[in-house]
Amino acid sequence: MSRVPDRRRRYWNQPHMGWWERAYVFEVARGLKITGGVFIANMWKWMTGRKGALTAYYPEETRPDYARNNRGKHVLTQRADGRPQCVACNMCATVCPAQVIEIDAAYDPDDPAHPKYPVRFEIDYSRCVFCGLCVEACPEDAIRMVPETPGLPSFDRNRMWLAREELLTWKPQRDVAKPYPPAAGGAQ
Amino acid sequence: MNAPLEITGLYVLYAVGLLLTFGTVLTWIERKQAAIMADRIGANRAYVRIPFTQIKLVWLGLFHGLADGLKMMLKEDFRAVPYDRVAYALAPWVTFVPVMLVFCVIPFGGTLTPGRLSASLASVYGAQSFRMQIAPLDAGLLVVFAFSGLTIIGTMLAGWSSANKFALLGALRAGSQLISYELVMGLTVIGLILIYGTVDLDQIVRLQSGSVLGVLPAWGICYQPFAALLFLTAAIAENKRIPFDLPEAESELIAGYYTEYSAMKMGLFMFAEFIEIAIIAALFTTLFLGGYNLPWLTDAGFVLPGGGRIELSHGVVVALQLVTFLVKVVLLCSFQILVRWTLPRFRWDQLLRFAWKFLLPLALINLCATVVVVALLQQGRT
Repeated sequence: MSRVPDRRRRYWNQPHMGWWERAYVFEVARGLKITGGVFIANMWKWMTGRKGALTAYYPEETRPDYARNNRGKHVLTQRADGRPQCVACNMCATVCPAQVIEIDAAYDPDDPAHPKYPVRFEIDYSRCVFCGLCVEACPEDAIRMVPETPGLPSFDRNRMWLAREELLTWKPQRDVAKPYPPAAGGAQ
Repeated sequence: MNAPLEITGLYVLYAVGLLLTFGTVLTWIERKQAAIMADRIGANRAYVRIPFTQIKLVWLGLFHGLADGLKMMLKEDFRAVPYDRVAYALAPWVTFVPVMLVFCVIPFGGTLTPGRLSASLASVYGAQSFRMQIAPLDAGLLVVFAFSGLTIIGTMLAGWSSANKFALLGALRAGSQLISYELVMGLTVIGLILIYGTVDLDQIVRLQSGSVLGVLPAWGICYQPFAALLFLTAAIAENKRIPFDLPEAESELIAGYYTEYSAMKMGLFMFAEFIEIAIIAALFTTLFLGGYNLPWLTDAGFVLPGGGRIELSHGVVVALQLVTFLVKVVLLCSFQILVRWTLPRFRWDQLLRFAWKFLLPLALINLCATVVVVALLQQGRT
């Protein structure tokens, strides 16, 4: 009984190595030419004051090409007079899976239509998962998300909070998806 | 002639400072060059803040080497349970010290005549001149091979004393690899010894000044281009760097022979490896690239082939020679890094086959051809 020795399988796309590849040196030289060429091209860019890489220096530099519906950071919409549209109903804080939204409500006797408003509206970006559920939950269209990222890299977790004032500084004219303020005749 | 103690001390300071600087800066060069080759930016975040100000010096990430060193120093020096405590503690030093010692016979400049630098020095030294080399030994090249052969003892000690299978495997690989490639390296250099008729490195460099055929500088690479290629290959293999880094192949052996080392002991292995890049570059420069020689540069200044002369003072010539040597070394280091980031790793059988079936026959053929040519030339001369 002679045992048939194992034979290495041949594949249809078996790489073929001619003497040129087997000599090794020529292919090494070709590889060095490619990498060296890339090095010299990039180095020339760096030396002439341009950037020789595609990388964005993140905290100092944000990419301009975020998708239009990227969920970057939250903004609070405003009424015509600049007060927040938020009625402090706490629905966003309730639905938030990461529990990062903190709202303190207060009573405003001057506005009988919306007597409840937030004195404190803070989001902890060190824990936010950017799921957008707060935007879904809001009955008043008071919270939205814009493509820009918050830009909060920090060595300290406690500095990653955004408070009401920052959330209110938003230029709604740029958001073409949802015109703001709503067209005249709509529910105010 | 042996230089007086203060001159030798100066040379030693220069050499040690140079090698330690190279060991640190090469980590930075390696990172940055690899990054630029791969369209990346590379390490650029470590900074040194000037005290009491908000001025942060980044300097293109040059301080990352400093941060690395600090990290190595402050890390826990984890003590494995080795077979042999003494060998375990000794191994990094046995690897590190010979690497540094190799540089003592490499001439890093021409002849220094302190008397010609200033009048006050002239009163002390007179017309004495000293070779810019720490140890002007007749057996320079042999010393180089002796010391670079010593590093393998450190590697084997580390692998054996670690009581770790990965380390042992790495050490075994290192042993057989170094034996194979040391042989190739020696054979390639014998061709050069035949041509120059000496193993004194200073003499070899002096013979490389001048030019061949009127155009080419009389560098070893012009006489022995083939040997230069083989020597560089074997030298990179000796240094256990990609594509020959089988002894420390991280995907197979974790870190090879220094798996069980941590903190500064591991740092010494890494440091030795980076310094050896510079040593290989210096050796290659000395043997094949004319050392500190620039084409047409003599001790009096440039003597151009057209008959033109540019007179230079002794100080300028010495500085020029030092800088020439350094520039050549840096360029060669950069080339080694280019190779390291271009080629994939060999398989173990490929590595040995490459040494014994490819490089060794080529080195022998090269040696035979050199022997025949040298013999014919000598017959023609007599």
